[in-house]
Amino acid sequence: MSITESASMKETIVSRKVYLGVFVALLILTLSTYGIAFVDLGPGNVAVALAIAIGKALLVALFFMHLRYSPKLTWVVTGGGLFWLGILLALTLSDYLTRGWLAGVGK
Amino acid sequence: MAAVPRTLAEQFEDAEQQREAGSFGMWVFLITEIMFFGGLFLSYTIYRITYAGAFADASLHLDVTLGTVNTVVLICSSFTMTLAVHSAQTGRQRLLLLFLLTTMLIGLVFLGIKFVEWSHEIEENLVPGHGFIYPGSYTQPAKLFFSLYFLMTGVHALHLFIGMGVLAVLLVQSWLGRFSPQYHTPIEIAGLYWHFVDIVWLFLYPLLYLIDVYH
Repeated sequence: MSITESASMKETIVSRKVYLGVFVALLILTLSTYGIAFVDLGPGNVAVALAIAIGKALLVALFFMHLRYSPKLTWVVTGGGLFWLGILLALTLSDYLTRGWLAGVGK
Repeated sequence: MAAVPRTLAEQFEDAEQQREAGSFGMWVFLITEIMFFGGLFLSYTIYRITYAGAFADASLHLDVTLGTVNTVVLICSSFTMTLAVHSAQTGRQRLLLLFLLTTMLIGLVFLGIKFVEWSHEIEENLVPGHGFIYPGSYTQPAKLFFSLYFLMTGVHALHLFIGMGVLAVLLVQSWLGRFSPQYHTPIEIAGLYWHFVDIVWLFLYPLLYLIDVYH
């Protein structure tokens, strides 16, 4: 296959074909997100733009940053970091987005 | 068992452990970077929701074409960085030098385009402060948008600038023949950093430039 292990170390060497494939995919996704941005989807524009951005970020992390071939420990730390980012976003937004519900209370 | 390479620091059992520790350390650092940029993205999200109309209006003052070109430029630099890592892993010294230099130059192109964009915005008096002039009724929230815009693209550009400094050091070390298929962890973890800076831009681009251009 395109993924080989060097003999001296357990390091995974990702082939240039994989890098090229991911590179082309990133370019296609960039042009898609640019094109779709000019179509009126209402609130869908934000959703599509973010979905494509997350897809691109995943491609970069998994292949360019070798996360796919990294030890489980790296996965745990990355997942943990994203989980804490999720807490930061979810708890803060749950405060800000619900302030209107309590209009007048405590003022 | 092969002879212990002299690039092995004494606290490690073998080269594999040293390599994993180095790359793991960079991942932990990148997690702190996620938190740093996460806070900025959170502020941006809250104000974009609070002043949706003003932020949409203000974002139309940005140059979508240059933003898109810069996204492509940065993806190209990430690609050449992966080729630098591959060259180091397979012991192609000349290609390693070439791709490190190419990555730096493409990074410079990104900063150049960003500089042109900022110049236009400065000329249009869109820098928050006493000289801030914004047509229409959204002046105050638009000031907030441009504060976040300059702060977020500014710290991103600073990260890229630091990345270019790191690559410059690696370029010299590569020239001196410090890296081999047995030892090239600095190239690998500089690559992790470079790709992370790319990922941050992959989110800045749609959120700042794209999501309201359909208006």
